[in-house]
Amino acid sequence: MTDSTLAIFIIWCFLFVYSILGSIDFGAGFWAMVFGQRADTNAADIANRYLSPSWKVTNVFLVLLVVALVGFFPLAMPLLGTLLVTPVCLVLILLTLRSTFMVYSHMSPRYVPLLRFVSGITGLLIPGLLITLLPVTLGGFVEMTDGHPSVLTGKLLMSRTEYAHLAFGIATELFLSALFLADFAREAEDEATYRVYRHIAVAIGPLTLLTGILAAVSMVPEAHWLVERMRERASWFMLSAAAFAIGYSALWWKAGGGRTGVPRAAVVCVIIQYGLASFGYGSAHLPYIIYPHLTVEQGITNAVMFRSLLVGYAAGTLVLVPVFIWFWRLFLKDKRYLKQE
Amino acid sequence: MDNVTLARSLFGSSMAFHIIFATLGVGLPLMIIAAEVLFHVKKDPDYAAMAKRWTRALAILLGVAIPSGTIVGVMLALLWPGFMEIVGQVISLPFQIEIWAFFLEALFMSIYVYAADRLTPWMRIVSVVFVSIGASASAVLITDAHAWMNTPRGFSIANGQVTDVDPWAAVWNPSFVTTSIHVVASAYMTGAFAVASVAAWKLLRKGRAEREYIYHRKGLFLALLIGGVMSLATAVNGHETAQMLHENEPEKLAAAEGLFQTQSHAPLAIGGFVDEEKQEVVGAIEIPWALSFLAGNRFDTVVRGLNDFPRENWPPLFVHTLFNLMVLIGTVLIVLSFGALLYRRLRKRDYPRWLLRVLTLTGPMSLIGIETGWIFSCSARQPWTIYHIQRTSEAATTAGNLGALFVLFIGLYTFLLFATSAVMLFYFKRHPVARELAGTKG
Repeated sequence: MTDSTLAIFIIWCFLFVYSILGSIDFGAGFWAMVFGQRADTNAADIANRYLSPSWKVTNVFLVLLVVALVGFFPLAMPLLGTLLVTPVCLVLILLTLRSTFMVYSHMSPRYVPLLRFVSGITGLLIPGLLITLLPVTLGGFVEMTDGHPSVLTGKLLMSRTEYAHLAFGIATELFLSALFLADFAREAEDEATYRVYRHIAVAIGPLTLLTGILAAVSMVPEAHWLVERMRERASWFMLSAAAFAIGYSALWWKAGGGRTGVPRAAVVCVIIQYGLASFGYGSAHLPYIIYPHLTVEQGITNAVMFRSLLVGYAAGTLVLVPVFIWFWRLFLKDKRYLKQE
Repeated sequence: MDNVTLARSLFGSSMAFHIIFATLGVGLPLMIIAAEVLFHVKKDPDYAAMAKRWTRALAILLGVAIPSGTIVGVMLALLWPGFMEIVGQVISLPFQIEIWAFFLEALFMSIYVYAADRLTPWMRIVSVVFVSIGASASAVLITDAHAWMNTPRGFSIANGQVTDVDPWAAVWNPSFVTTSIHVVASAYMTGAFAVASVAAWKLLRKGRAEREYIYHRKGLFLALLIGGVMSLATAVNGHETAQMLHENEPEKLAAAEGLFQTQSHAPLAIGGFVDEEKQEVVGAIEIPWALSFLAGNRFDTVVRGLNDFPRENWPPLFVHTLFNLMVLIGTVLIVLSFGALLYRRLRKRDYPRWLLRVLTLTGPMSLIGIETGWIFSCSARQPWTIYHIQRTSEAATTAGNLGALFVLFIGLYTFLLFATSAVMLFYFKRHPVARELAGTKG
């Protein structure tokens, strides 16, 4: 494997982890808003119980992704930076409003409805907006004038694929978070809340598949190279669909004690589903970072730095794994935390 | 404004905003450790109450520090693509290690706050120590990148290409150790004085239960002690920093002191304004020979003046004022904290009201000192982004829309400053210390 392939694979791993964690995180914020005013369910409490200790950690994964991208592909920054500065800055403003309002809402109960509303809505939009950056990388939306790149914002905003991507991002976020919170509620032995989130997951699940297919078929003519290559890798997407089918059906499996659904199996299968699909998509996208202007080979750092970074990531991961395990036990396993009040 | 100025304004204001919260985020954990340890040594529940209340303040501050840090991190990559191209190839290790420190801080902060009741006292202290280590390590590692911009090492440039990269030589660049000690000590100082300000302010209010005054006096004592020691450490290290500048970045020292002629027995100019026409600092108090002594520990040390360097490489001359302000604040803080401690020790009486009034200003003063210090360090590096390697104009993005983004972000920061202060006041008003103290006793 070449340096650039290994590097882009690591970036893919970070991106994948962040897209799953971020979807759950932002989605949980949205559900906390939706159920915040309802006295008949604990759904908002369960969402907040997950969010309170975890949002900071999730946020670090976003920074990790950016730092890893700059570290491994510094020579890609001139093009990426110029193209993405406006959309990413807008996402940053939303992200800041979302995080600060979430913290404020824990501190000043009187304004909770308003604060939760802002953090819920901004959180809903962020993953949708982030995924709309994908079409920019596919060709057709970048113009080069005298070697100076710019995004054809008008064309992007008028294109169907942009909105298909947006819909796919939001559907994914809502589905993953509902599914995860269903599992979290089951772990907390809160069957009523489990049923609320299971119901949502059942309703939104097929939409993720539908919007995903829409996003693929609506791609502009310039991006047909990618569609072609995805077709060559059809088996990845078939397997992904199969994982979805198994995961989705797990919501009807019989669990002990007359309960319906095995949410843990559903969560695992759906993560596998997204893993397979995004790997298929990512490998079809290679070697381009931005088609046709930038490849991974053009962006990669020097060999010396690359080795140091690898050692650094390996060492850092080894140090942190025990802490992550402890964190998992304290907040996702410990019944004393899950079942308070 | 041209694109470079816009990029600098957008990034500079984001940094200036983030630094307030980041500095307190490094400083407060040390205060919390001190309170936690004192609680277990002295078995005095007041200290437990302190640790608890400071942790809540820290949680609010981190709620802003984390997203604003994310903004700064991402903006760095987006606004300075030319800079990141070299950074990524030479000095990406500290950024990468910083991520792990950031993880450590975020994980243990959640554990300390949300699992407090399920931890043994010993594990609580370990958790908050790791929060502090994570926060301080983040500061050190980011400062490493900043230090490298001032004294770049670990690579060479041939035909515009980066070659001969030695990542660890870049990490251990000559100004790394001095500069990070300066940043961390001044952050600890700021955290302590922020606490001192609040405690002094509370002590000024009349008609409270004696119990409350005792609580705040303990807090003020602890804050003045840690704040005094840290401000002294910052000053001692500041002297080393000046010598480091003399060695590695003579233009910066010359601009800081408004020195035009290269000379031995150079005077130290305090205050005043640098006048380029007259080639002197107008209205300054001059201490003969002092600059030479500061720069090299000898009066006959030759200090290089600005005229030794091409005009287009001069830093902006207003940095002299920033530098003075930073030094002045540091000095005042040392005098104030040790003065107040001595007063209590010798007179064995309560702090007089005038002194308490002055002490309420120590927190804001520290923050102004931090801001002027950073603005000095970054402005006096101009016109370079990477000293003698890359000009700021070569590093900036060519993307449009920066003006609109600048307005948006300024609006966001202004709003957040007000909102965060309001939330802070609102929260501690609703949870007065009196109730907490009653709880611990009863």
